[in-house]
Amino acid sequence: MAENVINKDIVKEENLVYKKTDLLTEKPLSYCPGCGHGTVHRLVMEVVEELEAQDKTVGVAPVGCSVLAYEFMDIDMQQAAHGRAPALATAIKRLFPENYVFTYQGDGDLAAIGTAETIHACNRGENITIIFVNNGIYGMTGGQMAPTTLPGMKSSTSPYGREVHSMGAPMKITELVAELPGTYYVTRQAVHTPAAARKAKKALKKAFENQKLQKGLSFVEIVSNCNSGWKMTPVQANQWMVDNMFPFYPLGDIKVPEE
Amino acid sequence: MKELRLMKGNEAIAEAAIRAGVDGYFGYPITPQSEVLEYLMLQKPEERTGMVVLQAESEVAAINMVYGGAGAGKMIMTSSSSPGISLKQEGITYIAGAELPCLILNVVRGGPGLGTIQPAQSDYFQSVKGGGHGDYRMIVLAPFSVQEMYDFVETGFDLAFKYRTPVMVLSDGAIGQMMEKVEVGEQKQRLSNEQVKERCPWATTGKDANRERNIITSLDLDPQQQEDFNHHLQAKYKEIEEKEVRFEEIQTEDAEYIFVAYGTSSRICQKSVQLARAKGLKVGLLRPITLFPFPSKRLLELSKQVKGILSVEMSAGQMIEDIKLAVECNIPVEHFGRMGGIIPSPEEVVEALEQKFL
Amino acid sequence: MAKVKGSIIVDIEKCKGCEVCVPSCPTDVIRLAEDVNGKGYHYAYMENPDNCTGCANCAIVCPDGVITVYRKKVNK
Repeated sequence: MAENVINKDIVKEENLVYKKTDLLTEKPLSYCPGCGHGTVHRLVMEVVEELEAQDKTVGVAPVGCSVLAYEFMDIDMQQAAHGRAPALATAIKRLFPENYVFTYQGDGDLAAIGTAETIHACNRGENITIIFVNNGIYGMTGGQMAPTTLPGMKSSTSPYGREVHSMGAPMKITELVAELPGTYYVTRQAVHTPAAARKAKKALKKAFENQKLQKGLSFVEIVSNCNSGWKMTPVQANQWMVDNMFPFYPLGDIKVPEE
Repeated sequence: MKELRLMKGNEAIAEAAIRAGVDGYFGYPITPQSEVLEYLMLQKPEERTGMVVLQAESEVAAINMVYGGAGAGKMIMTSSSSPGISLKQEGITYIAGAELPCLILNVVRGGPGLGTIQPAQSDYFQSVKGGGHGDYRMIVLAPFSVQEMYDFVETGFDLAFKYRTPVMVLSDGAIGQMMEKVEVGEQKQRLSNEQVKERCPWATTGKDANRERNIITSLDLDPQQQEDFNHHLQAKYKEIEEKEVRFEEIQTEDAEYIFVAYGTSSRICQKSVQLARAKGLKVGLLRPITLFPFPSKRLLELSKQVKGILSVEMSAGQMIEDIKLAVECNIPVEHFGRMGGIIPSPEEVVEALEQKFL
Repeated sequence: MAKVKGSIIVDIEKCKGCEVCVPSCPTDVIRLAEDVNGKGYHYAYMENPDNCTGCANCAIVCPDGVITVYRKKVNK
């Protein structure tokens, strides 16, 4: 049986370079193997740790795969109804303006049932951070078509592929909210490679720090995988994402504050 | 010294919110209650007390803002009228499931559907029996005057925080729109964040090193835990039924027949009692002030004294079901009501009593 | 010349064997074990421990945060 090879010369406290943040609880994540949610959870908690903001951060996670996010993040959190997280976050932030407030939403939640709450929170320029994990599918309910499902992409409710003529085209809601005067920083990132994850973390940190400036809403989309819903191995799913999702949802900043 | 004002019901509840030190109001316009939001905007409560007032993009968003603010431990309210309250049911059931305090005003108009903008009492079932999904209740207060619209803000929040439950003020278009003399209270200070943390140690105020993280949720996937939680809720509602029943009686001491009516209907019935008494009929009135909890015990006692009860409602007859349950078939219970936005006249109420019982 | 040597410790019981760490390693250190953990997953382990530079790429992409990384400068 393979075991951890412990080279006692190297494995010492003073040589530690990377360890899961304590702001993630010890509870094993409920996500499927290889799911990007876990990585995004960790990056968000690393940002909160670096900002020394555990005591002034409140997260809101609505219905979706991340409905149990509060089990994994060691911060105060509220669970919201499907799509409504930006409404909760609006009130939480306005009543505790000194706190960092973020929502953590999937694509079905944010771009379908919660479209109104999303767009209006963005338009009002609420000083919150919206984290939008887009994997082009409804994961939790078993792989149904989402507003972000690509043309021709198969899902359990588009079993022959998304047919744009009758089912509509996928929605680029991130580009859409970037058009609103209330958004201050809008970016699209990924976490499938070390380089992408490092960039995503920088974006998330900026999005949190922006809350202090009171200049509007910061919106971070993470294009992610759903290997269960896409019916692939995690490594295949990441490759499929690179080949198919990224051309339609190109990574990079969409709206950056003027210096 | 008493400070008296002439105000609309909708304005009175808004002024009461500012003076009670309410932290946040989230609303959406709908007739006949838009004056609540309009009055608050005009008053600049952010300057008077620091109160947050926001016009949301929908009733759905407004009630979910209430959910967020209430989860943070603050005193939060919203208001709407029937069609808007239907939209708010999603948020209300989450608030009940997460056991959060808040105040919801329903200035009822006639339905179903878009119905009318005139006053009605046809949302009784929706308010008293739950409204949204799942086994939950709200405490429901039924004001019959502009003064009670004012007073029920503090009463409502006291109950809401005592039991960690949503409280509804079930008014109607007549009381919302009518102007009356109101005695307004002193301006109270809003609680500081430190006081909020002390009052609501469960709230999402930010996890400091001295406590575990606070989670506001209505989700529990473990069936046994979910059943236990439901038992806990039901025990809370039972305690509310035992301790918080409020009602008023008018000339019931010697009554042979009584009207049971709340809100606008009870105002009409006050006159009907006088008219009936002038005719030599021994008639009284029981006015429930809380619709949940319902004054069932008192009605059971009265059923051993009186010969019949006329439930007077601006609906097809909804509260009558609770009266019938309360009196355990001891005496006949009849309904008289008008619908579609019509307020019954005192005379037709007396006529109905005579027709049904004499 | 100074060189860096690294090592990783995998929380075997929490590893879900997703394999995302394997291609992320620039020095081909990690493989999935033939054996399975208590949940039936083929967990990650260091097949070529001597190659590890402690770059932490694997830990950064690990969705379950099960990898701890150490690094030390050694003189050759």
